[in-house]
Amino acid sequence: MTTVSLGAVRGRFHLPLKLTVGISVVAWLIAWFTEAPLSDWLTFSVFGLERGSHFGEAIAFFLLDVPKVMLLLLGIITVVTLIRGFFPPEKVRAALAGRGTVAGSVTAAGFGIVTPFCSCSAVPLFIGFVEAGIPLGVTFAFLISSPMVNEVALVLLWGLFGPGIALVYMAAGLTVAIIGGLVIGKLGMERYVEDYVWALQGKGGALVEVKLTWEDRIHDAWAYTKDLVKRITPYLLIGIGIGALIHGYAPTDLVAAIGGRSNPLAVPIVVLIALPLYSNAAGTIPIVQALLGKGMPMGTTLAFMMAITAISLPEFIILRRVIKWQLIAVFATVVTIGVLFIGYLFNFLIA
Amino acid sequence: MKKIEVLGSGCPNCVKLAANAQQAIAMTGVEAEIVKVTDYKEIMAYGIMSTPGLVIDGKVVSYGRIPSPGDIALWLSE
Repeated sequence: MTTVSLGAVRGRFHLPLKLTVGISVVAWLIAWFTEAPLSDWLTFSVFGLERGSHFGEAIAFFLLDVPKVMLLLLGIITVVTLIRGFFPPEKVRAALAGRGTVAGSVTAAGFGIVTPFCSCSAVPLFIGFVEAGIPLGVTFAFLISSPMVNEVALVLLWGLFGPGIALVYMAAGLTVAIIGGLVIGKLGMERYVEDYVWALQGKGGALVEVKLTWEDRIHDAWAYTKDLVKRITPYLLIGIGIGALIHGYAPTDLVAAIGGRSNPLAVPIVVLIALPLYSNAAGTIPIVQALLGKGMPMGTTLAFMMAITAISLPEFIILRRVIKWQLIAVFATVVTIGVLFIGYLFNFLIA
Repeated sequence: MKKIEVLGSGCPNCVKLAANAQQAIAMTGVEAEIVKVTDYKEIMAYGIMSTPGLVIDGKVVSYGRIPSPGDIALWLSE
């Protein structure tokens, strides 16, 4: 078999790469600019629902938000994934090795934004970092930042509320990650890491550079996006549904009474509500959007969102394979305190 | 006889990668066996953290992504 025929086998897109990308971008833009008038027309002209009625407003919110959030997810996750492809954990590890706790924690938190992370990769990642001699605090700065500053949430916030709130969210997450890393580093928790992990130290292979073409990268990004959107769509629909109900029905007074500025315990209450909720950051955004619309302060809303994304029971259980409960408890406590702190801080700052 | 190693703890992506490798073997007709490596110690020894990883005759050809059967076929026939 010759290389030429294998090259044909390798082709993935039916059309040339540039044409495929061009058509996709144009189609996305058309959909983005026509979906709002379309959903309005559908709700009030085709369904004939009454403007201003609870039911009409809820349906309008749902029909406006589902395509909007879907388009944002498809478009921006593809781009973000493409960028993230340049920062695999292997490169991050190489960049972090040999740094002290302070510089390392800051760098690790920064990398946490762009590095792909899922709870299934937490264990190899943890072992890999320890194996390369990266301090425990630095490793935790990364473990906190990576799920907390969730890129999906970041792009959705940017698309729905503008860059200000998105950047505030990112800065808040980074702060918690850096401080969390420094605190865990200071506490000297090394003995709570399972012994077999230490035994692996220095046994790892050297960084392997695998060259990828743009076609590889674009294909990977699109495959990942399709898979992710497919997985989170149910959560998203539920989230948007709840958001629509809040938008149409929940009285502003109720939201204000529980989450409002006059309730000093609002932040811990929403964090408690969020603890058992671990769905997906993207699914929380429509709820968050509706809550903000009903007058919940920014800090309380941010705390709610971060508690959902960063305090994750499944991840803690998976991490038990490499660290002992004591360290998991410290990890969970540091993150919880960080989230509470951010909630109060932003309520104070954005008055 | 070539040796294809699929590195990963048995996550869905690793299963998919192993299936793609199987398809690549069928495409090229190259004689090869597929071995699944699930022990972290062995995975780390290849210098990678993001799974699934693919190793052909001891050489890491890909990690953190699922190469297509066509890609694997190219590496196999190299």
